[in-house]
Amino acid sequence: MNRILATALTEFRIAFRNRWVAIAIGLMALFALVLSAAGSAPTGALGADRLSVTVASLTSLAVYLVPLLALLMAFDAIAGEAERGTLPLLLTYPGSRVEILLGKLAAHLCVLALALLAGYGLAAVAAFLADPGAASGLPALFRLGWTSLLLGATFLGAGYALSALARRPSGAAGLAMGLWLGAVVLYDLALLAAVVADGGGWFTTDLFPLALLANPADAFRLFNLAASEATAAAAGVGGAAAAVPLWQSALSVLLWPLGALALASAAFRRVTP
Amino acid sequence: MTSTLKISALTKTFAGLKALDAVSLTVEPGMRVALLGHNGAGKSTLMKIVLGLLPFDKGQVEVCGAAPGSTAARAGVAYLPENAAFHPALTGEEQIGHYLALRGESPKGARALLERVGLHEAAGRRIGSYSKGMRQRVGLAQALIGRPRLLVLDEPTSGLDPVSRRDFYELLDGLAAEGAAILLSSHALTEVEARTDRLLILSKGRMVASGTLSDLRREAALPVTIHMTARNGYAADIAAALPGSIRFGADLQLSCSQEDKLGALARVTGLGDRLADIEVVPPSLEDIYSHFSRRDGQ
Ligand SMILES: Nc1ncnc2c1ncn2[C@@H]1O[C@H](COP(=O)(O)OP(=O)(O)O)[C@@H](O)[C@H]1O
Ligand SMILES: [Mg+2]
Repeated sequence: MNRILATALTEFRIAFRNRWVAIAIGLMALFALVLSAAGSAPTGALGADRLSVTVASLTSLAVYLVPLLALLMAFDAIAGEAERGTLPLLLTYPGSRVEILLGKLAAHLCVLALALLAGYGLAAVAAFLADPGAASGLPALFRLGWTSLLLGATFLGAGYALSALARRPSGAAGLAMGLWLGAVVLYDLALLAAVVADGGGWFTTDLFPLALLANPADAFRLFNLAASEATAAAAGVGGAAAAVPLWQSALSVLLWPLGALALASAAFRRVTP
Repeated sequence: MTSTLKISALTKTFAGLKALDAVSLTVEPGMRVALLGHNGAGKSTLMKIVLGLLPFDKGQVEVCGAAPGSTAARAGVAYLPENAAFHPALTGEEQIGHYLALRGESPKGARALLERVGLHEAAGRRIGSYSKGMRQRVGLAQALIGRPRLLVLDEPTSGLDPVSRRDFYELLDGLAAEGAAILLSSHALTEVEARTDRLLILSKGRMVASGTLSDLRREAALPVTIHMTARNGYAADIAAALPGSIRFGADLQLSCSQEDKLGALARVTGLGDRLADIEVVPPSLEDIYSHFSRRDGQ
């Protein structure tokens, strides 16, 4: 436990010195403010309070930004140590490789939490300024917060796994960007194309919900939108979200971080320095 | 007394290349052992196997009574890698504090450790601004954490100037006196000669010699050279009187085996005042080292 804490402290220090903390906070704050400004149309027509609407837009933002930030922090974790030449020495110290991963994860999650706090906090303040009744959206915001952290943990784990597989930072960065593009952008496009081609057949009814659950980013979006029906309607994805029971998307959101960490630890165990 | 490190018939192959070929050695507590060999001889490979970083093909390795890389072995072994590297964004003190915490000790001890290796002034600066020798000292400081039973030091003096090197060997003497076993590597015999209890020479993965410096000197049985300077005009005379000698102007050289040394000297002194000066040169450390490391047909 002490070893995990020590690793987390050192990694946080490094993230801070490398300006990762500032970059992550700045990025989240900037996008949250842009979203708040863009979504400042009257909300009465949708029948939802201002914060709930903001959470719906923040969810769409987080689906892209959280995996991106997580992968950017994670790709260097093992490949960087290998290239710098610090890995062999580290591996001769007491403690397991999983402890090293958990220490890095704790530090990177801390950075992510700070960024989310800044971004979501600013957006919430903006919502409260515009709509005194925004308090009814607080549960949705809270839910968005912890699921964003879990989504981040999933992509951090995936980033560590790629970092261990690639052995070199340049290769790991390429793989990480490929994963982001594939899991967050192309996956949805491909599903959309398949649904259109299928025209409401077996794929749309049976396979499509499963395909959404299998992708951590889609499960995250489903869970947040389905959990607050009002915002689901506002975002126009009510159909897809309604087809999947809430417990299923919740399970996917909870299990993915564990799966990604298991992958990372399996990949790291195979690294010979 | 049980050995801290016991290796027998260790073999390691990298894609057809035998990096280590049936190597055996033991290191007892309090013993300083130097592993010598050219680049690519297999020194780093052997050390990485001892540390559990690399798997091996054949043989037995026992570290502090346990398997290499096991929890028990890692608790008792300290390592200094060949090119000690650290995260450039951390200060020396933070880096050593981190290593202390990993070994379950208080990070507050970092300054004292850095002082022991002469780095107290730079302790608060980032490692990115350190010279190679300073990074080497940070590496040494982390190897001192927690009274290790075995220190594995890969080319520890390569970035150090001669004065630092002497300090380094003094530090090792202290550790060995407290009972630590030390295995260090070097590619030059001149760097380690008098400061170790045993020398092992590796060549292309095979152990070609082992013993104390005088053992190796005896075993190599390299010729002694007698350098002579002739008085004006006598050089030709002397060359004629000493068959086998080589003449360069007024200077002459005669090589002879260890056993013939006294006989040859008697003949040389018999030349009386035709000689201005003589000097007896024993085989140098480099000669002895080359003798063993080249025997394998290099
Ligand atoms: N990871 C590796 N893969 C393939 N060959 C290696 C590897 N590590 C070392 N070797 C080879 O093993 C031999 C011994 O290397 P090494 O132990 O580093 O030598 P030394 O430390 O004595 O200079 C060299 O021929 C080297 O090229
Ligand atoms: Mg080496």
